[in-house]
Amino acid sequence: MARLLGPLLVSPALIIILLLFMLPLAASVIGAFEVEAAYGLGNFTKAYDFSTQDIVFTAVIVGLSALLTGLLAIAIGGYLTLGENPTAVAILRWLYRWPMFIPFIVVGQILRTFLAKSGLLNSTLIALGLIDPLSATSYLDWRGVVIAFVWKQTPFVALMVAGAMASLDRGTIEAARNLGASRLRILVEIIVPQVTTTLLVGLVLSFVTMMGVLSVPLMINAQAPTMITADIAFRLSTYRDYGVANALGLISLAISGVAAWFYLRVNMRQGR
Amino acid sequence: MSAVFAAPRDVVSLRNFLWWILRAAILGALAFVIFGPLFNMLIWTVAERWYFPHTLPIDYGFSYWGRVFSPRGNALQSLVASISIALFTVAGSLALAIPAGYALARLKLPLRSLVLLAFLLPQAFPNLPVYVNIARLFYEIGLNGTVLGVVLVHVTHGLVYAVWIASAAFSAVDRDLELAARNLGASGLKAFADVTLPLAAPGLMASAIFVFLESLDEFTGSYFVGAPDVTTLPLLLYSAGAGGNYQIASITALLLLVPSIAFMLVVEKFLRADVLAKVGQ
Repeated sequence: MARLLGPLLVSPALIIILLLFMLPLAASVIGAFEVEAAYGLGNFTKAYDFSTQDIVFTAVIVGLSALLTGLLAIAIGGYLTLGENPTAVAILRWLYRWPMFIPFIVVGQILRTFLAKSGLLNSTLIALGLIDPLSATSYLDWRGVVIAFVWKQTPFVALMVAGAMASLDRGTIEAARNLGASRLRILVEIIVPQVTTTLLVGLVLSFVTMMGVLSVPLMINAQAPTMITADIAFRLSTYRDYGVANALGLISLAISGVAAWFYLRVNMRQGR
Repeated sequence: MSAVFAAPRDVVSLRNFLWWILRAAILGALAFVIFGPLFNMLIWTVAERWYFPHTLPIDYGFSYWGRVFSPRGNALQSLVASISIALFTVAGSLALAIPAGYALARLKLPLRSLVLLAFLLPQAFPNLPVYVNIARLFYEIGLNGTVLGVVLVHVTHGLVYAVWIASAAFSAVDRDLELAARNLGASGLKAFADVTLPLAAPGLMASAIFVFLESLDEFTGSYFVGAPDVTTLPLLLYSAGAGGNYQIASITALLLLVPSIAFMLVVEKFLRADVLAKVGQ
């Protein structure tokens, strides 16, 4: 009886995951190969015909966003760890986390207004004399999507990276500092190599999150080329075409799979 | 700083001064990038008329607020729908997560780490393909476009927070206190209800808030399963924005922001370090 109690208490929650996640996931994989009651690759050829550009666009946008997120997270974590001005460190610590708690749908809306042709970004740049009013353009294309992703995901990765950096042995850092190494060199050569695993976990999680976000591409970059998520929504709302939608879904899962595989490979090479 | 002006030839203090300028410039730019978009949203909430090429609104006022909160307006309806869906989601998640979290923390469980991992799955894949097929399934059994359907989708997504934090909260409770209660003659259930549960309550509260916010902010699942019959705040924000009504969209965005920011400021009160250290273990 006591042996059964544990599994019994866990099973209701597990059943929900099974029915409402695993089953639909399996249905999406099977549905991707279903072509009019038979199985085949028809949906993938169609997806390829309609959306090759969008698939490449998605991979490039998300990859670029992950890269920029990683660089900014290292910069923020590095300054929090090595910064010598306590006030500046305290301000940065207070400042950088804000976007993490702002939902994607709100990020989409506020950046849509901020990055618009007459948005606050352009008006500020014009007021500062950095650009002239006639050359002001809207950033609501691929740049807007990258900015939105980096804006929202950097705090999360920076939080993880800063935590890992804080738990490093201060001795090596102090020793290198005493030997006259610059802070940038300490960051690149001593600190970053030791937090690679944490950084990659954060980036893979961000990559997967960005692959699945629908609101940001719909709100910031509705024109072609757009992201796979927006394509899927469009195929369903316009054609109720589940086959191609599932094929596109499987392609986005595959792209995320490549990111996860990359992470595992780097991780295992480090473990050896 | 005064040292710089008193002894301008002092190279060290000049360097310090330049560093000071650089730091201020970078932090200022960062603050602008982070708060600029939020400020832009706040302006939109009180803008009556604002179009290109005007840098600032032509008229200010609160007439859109009146429209959002008018009894006939669909914003109030969305607010009620969002909050009730979030509350149902919290109730459902906790009802599933409290037994599961307790079992994961205290009882013998075969394949324990695999079970723990199973709850992470809905967060570890791009969710869109899954929502598409849930919508299809729900359509067949008549759950599409119902509050229950949306709640089920939110529960699935929120379970990882609920179960992982509940499990961590139960692990952080001192086992000796339970044993003491049992020695004094309390039944297993009574010891759980009178000792373990109250001690784990702050952690459970944190998981409830996490789940509440996840549900409140969720867009993609609600878009496929709920729309157009169930309109939550994120769906209202989306359709208002798509229709070019940035005032309504910005006011809705502000309504969604306030609970999230408030939570950020108090989260450390609920989620103590000893509980946090046990999350995911």
